[in-house]
Amino acid sequence: MSHLLTAIFAPGFFQNEEVHIALAIGAITAVVTGVVGVFTVMRGQSFAGEAFGDIGTTGGSGAFLVGVRPLLGFVVGNLLASGAMETIGIQRARGRDLATGIVLGASIGLAALFLYLATTEHATTGATVMILFGSVFAIASSTVPLILLLSVVVLGLMLALYRPLLLATVSPEMAAARGIPVRLVGALYLLALALAAALAAITIGSLLGTALLVGPAASALRLTKRPLPAMLTAACIGIGAMWLGALLAYDSYEWPPAGHGWPVSFFVVTLVFIAYLAAGLPERRHGSRDGMPDAPAPRRSVLDTR
Amino acid sequence: MSSPDAAASEPILAVEGVEVRLSGRTILDHVSFSIAPGEFTGLIGANGSGKTTLFRVILGLQPAISGEVLIAGRPRVRRGQRIGFVPQKFLLDPDLPLRARDLVGLGLDAHRLGVPRPSRSRRALVDEMLDAVDARRFADTRVGRLSGGEQQRVLIAHALIARPRLLLLDEPLANLDLRSAHEVVALLARVAREQEIAVLISAHEINPLLGVMDRIVYLAEGRAASGTTDEVVRAEVLSNLYGHHVDVLNIHGRVLIIAGAGEDTDLAGHEVAFPKADGKTEIAP
Repeated sequence: MSHLLTAIFAPGFFQNEEVHIALAIGAITAVVTGVVGVFTVMRGQSFAGEAFGDIGTTGGSGAFLVGVRPLLGFVVGNLLASGAMETIGIQRARGRDLATGIVLGASIGLAALFLYLATTEHATTGATVMILFGSVFAIASSTVPLILLLSVVVLGLMLALYRPLLLATVSPEMAAARGIPVRLVGALYLLALALAAALAAITIGSLLGTALLVGPAASALRLTKRPLPAMLTAACIGIGAMWLGALLAYDSYEWPPAGHGWPVSFFVVTLVFIAYLAAGLPERRHGSRDGMPDAPAPRRSVLDTR
Repeated sequence: MSSPDAAASEPILAVEGVEVRLSGRTILDHVSFSIAPGEFTGLIGANGSGKTTLFRVILGLQPAISGEVLIAGRPRVRRGQRIGFVPQKFLLDPDLPLRARDLVGLGLDAHRLGVPRPSRSRRALVDEMLDAVDARRFADTRVGRLSGGEQQRVLIAHALIARPRLLLLDEPLANLDLRSAHEVVALLARVAREQEIAVLISAHEINPLLGVMDRIVYLAEGRAASGTTDEVVRAEVLSNLYGHHVDVLNIHGRVLIIAGAGEDTDLAGHEVAFPKADGKTEIAP
């Protein structure tokens, strides 16, 4: 038995401080991205999440070049991007994808330059992999307070916005009828999304951040039919993927080519993908009309108040 | 038809000279009308006559280049103000994690910040409202998986649960069979009377609303004529509105509006009375 445990949890997994930080940061990020991601999927804004990934790459690599923390770069880049998106309203306009594609392509190009300069100047070859694909094991403990602060801000914002945002997501018209400032609520949500994408970027890399935002949320929407449980489910799927991914990455130091360890982000994203596929299974077995009796009850008069 | 009392009190909704242009085309051309508290008003016009745009202007989602909208004397909907809106097309993702009862509950308190706290009284209110529209049996189904007619009832429950003073409905009868349409109209008329709710309901077909309307706002060519049904649904008024000759026939208590058959006739006129645009007259059963 203990032999099996050692095989799964390689020696030192629970003693290693970097592992402790990775597990904690992974869990916090999974909760934030799960809560935010459910609305990203419901609002059809995963494109905006993807745009944050590209622009965040520029911010993160720029931060690396000037020698500040990558997280700051992700945050600043995404905040600027969310301001620009709100101003020109591209987050929904899929029709303008050509212009958007060129802008995002240019921002990745800029990131390539920054990373080239950073690696030649500082001789840190790990920079590229770290910015693009992240490494939850490489997060400095001095970054942890900032991550906590951002998480609290985003979760607080989402908790406060919950009801108005939910109705505005269902129908902007119905929300406007209740006097909800639809545009402001949308802009605040975009802010939360920008910060959540920055957290996802520092954890599993700017290019893979969208997977953590959208994957667990999309799986959760298949599993539950209420918004709050959907957020909880998405958070749990995210935590599961992060922790299991961290464990597998730790174990992979023993795998070929031995001594390096496979990238943790690879495991996380693969696990998220598997969760998404698995979440589709119960749906297919039971048919689509959840909660409906097989035979409809005989119809009474359609609208009888009493 | 409006009593002197209603005329004297402040209108719950006043639309004053609203003009809207979308990509160079005039959609609404100085549209003016007002609705007194408790009044049942039909907004009648062909598809594409600007009914949905007018609702968006009233809700503050579509800016007007001139004119203004006053809701209870104020220029915009205030947060938590008791206005109900039932949108026309409601195509939701079937995966949207929102049950019918959640959407009705949002009608109570969506304007508040934070997460709703479940309570017995909240649940009882939602159940009562679901019963009122006979939607209880699919209360726990995702809204996106309900049929058009079922969604319509859930949306009406969502709009009514806050006991609104003004209820706006954009083509609520379009998704319904004739019997359900009559039942919806009867319910709305009764609720409006009992609870003193002013109703503005849009439709492309005038007949289902004939017996219950206090007033009518008729939209055509971007312009509006308003008044009682007798004042508005007349050949002179509608001809003036359409800009060409229109006949109004009364057949067995139903109104038939026949746009002139001239070559420059806008076919849209036909859709007012006849669902088919092939020029054949057809009276809905």
